[in-house]
Amino acid sequence: MIINHPLLGPRDSEEFVYLGSIDLMNRPNWESATAAEDFHQYQYIRENIAGDNRELWYHEQGDQSWLVVTRCTLTHEIKSVELAQDVSRAQGRSK
Amino acid sequence: MSKVRYSAFRVLKEALTGHKGWQPVWRDAEPKASGYDVIIVGGGGHGLATAYYLAKIHGITNVAVLEKGWIGSGNVGRNTTIIRSNYLLPGNEPFYELSMQLWENLEQDLNYNAMVSQRGIMNLIHSDAQRDAFIRRANSMLFADAGAEYLNADEVKDRYPFLDMKNARFPIQGALAQPRGGTVRHDAVAWGYARGASDLGVDIIQNCEVSGFNIENGDCTGVQTNKGDIKANRVGVCVAGSSGRVMAKAGINLPIESHVLQAFVTEGLKPVLDNVITFGVGHFYCSQSDKGGLIFGGDIDAYNTYAQRGNLPVVEDVCSGGMAIMPMVGRVRLLRMWGGIVDMSMDGSPFIDKTDVGELFFNGGWCYGGFKATPASGYCYAHLLATDEPHEVATAYRLDRFRRGAMIDEKGVGPQPNLH
Repeated sequence: MIINHPLLGPRDSEEFVYLGSIDLMNRPNWESATAAEDFHQYQYIRENIAGDNRELWYHEQGDQSWLVVTRCTLTHEIKSVELAQDVSRAQGRSK
Repeated sequence: MSKVRYSAFRVLKEALTGHKGWQPVWRDAEPKASGYDVIIVGGGGHGLATAYYLAKIHGITNVAVLEKGWIGSGNVGRNTTIIRSNYLLPGNEPFYELSMQLWENLEQDLNYNAMVSQRGIMNLIHSDAQRDAFIRRANSMLFADAGAEYLNADEVKDRYPFLDMKNARFPIQGALAQPRGGTVRHDAVAWGYARGASDLGVDIIQNCEVSGFNIENGDCTGVQTNKGDIKANRVGVCVAGSSGRVMAKAGINLPIESHVLQAFVTEGLKPVLDNVITFGVGHFYCSQSDKGGLIFGGDIDAYNTYAQRGNLPVVEDVCSGGMAIMPMVGRVRLLRMWGGIVDMSMDGSPFIDKTDVGELFFNGGWCYGGFKATPASGYCYAHLLATDEPHEVATAYRLDRFRRGAMIDEKGVGPQPNLH
């Protein structure tokens, strides 16, 4: 698979480490009354999508950036690649 | 129905009478309008074994096995055929040892040649720390009567002089061996269980894809399929690899990710490897088939996928692992390679449990090790479906174990499925 890095251009997926679905960016609030259940969902339960999956790839052997890659889990086709930083800022975080 | 017993006498008789007496091995059925006591979703090894043991042990014969393709078209036909019971943790080891005992008696029980070959399995050791860990595991195996032996470097070298004993990075210091481990003809496992179940009255329904579950007042009352709705008092899902897709139809998310595991076979060689060898630190394991091909595999591709094929980087990684430990394979050509989708669970261990939906049961999460578990998985799932209680060796395989902090994490890597 070739991942089209927004800053570095097309790179072999071998340069990356795969973490999992983008849900892992949204750590639950530990002060919530439902924190125990929220963390159980966050840590252990997966939607395991068959189709377009937004997922986190880390460019370990490159510029050390985290990317959000939209990839079809049925065909391996990569639909879009964004910097995780941009996705995070669009959600209102500072970084 | 077949009901034909296989024997040497029978082969001789058929040979002399023009082979006119053979019959289909199992009965191809259509769904019954009256419904079933139990529907098993998934006609792989585990599903067919479940149906067989439901009928054989528990006398529940009004059972249907629904398969979206043809039986045995999933992982039971796509694995590396290894059987072993060399686990460490008490949640796992007795279960896999039950499986090994069922393998040992499988052919007599099913009257079907599954080519069970207890040729032995050997896990290579490369450091003092790994030796300590493997000897600890050996003791755990001895507690479960699974048998275990420690081989020193000379004993390994005597048996397999082609191994790279003095490898600069990973010199071989010895091995943990389980002489009762080995290989089984994988397709024959599906066919043998299908024949046994069919003879006991189980309906095996192929080309029947489940598209939804009928759920009334919180209870599952049947399934929707391309052959119409089928009623059932109880439904057992058993579709490892596709668990995420099927259980989503019942609104259930699981502690599972789907990943692809690739496997490889070389051109046929003369007999050279009469054992299963695992080179854990190099992510390579290998055995030789009766046709002579070296069958080997390594790590999963490490990203979520439902495509039954992997990518080339892992091919290179696995082959370089093979080159590192047995350099003599360098001139051998790869004949075929393929990928199978596996349920990678959050602790590397499986599930055999009820779900939050009444009368809907789940079996899955076998990671890359489901084949060896086939008999015990069917045995324990049938026990759960028939009695509402988990079998005594499968009590740890609960879906809520993460909530309770009761993980069964053999490798101790935590909830990162692509590392198990």
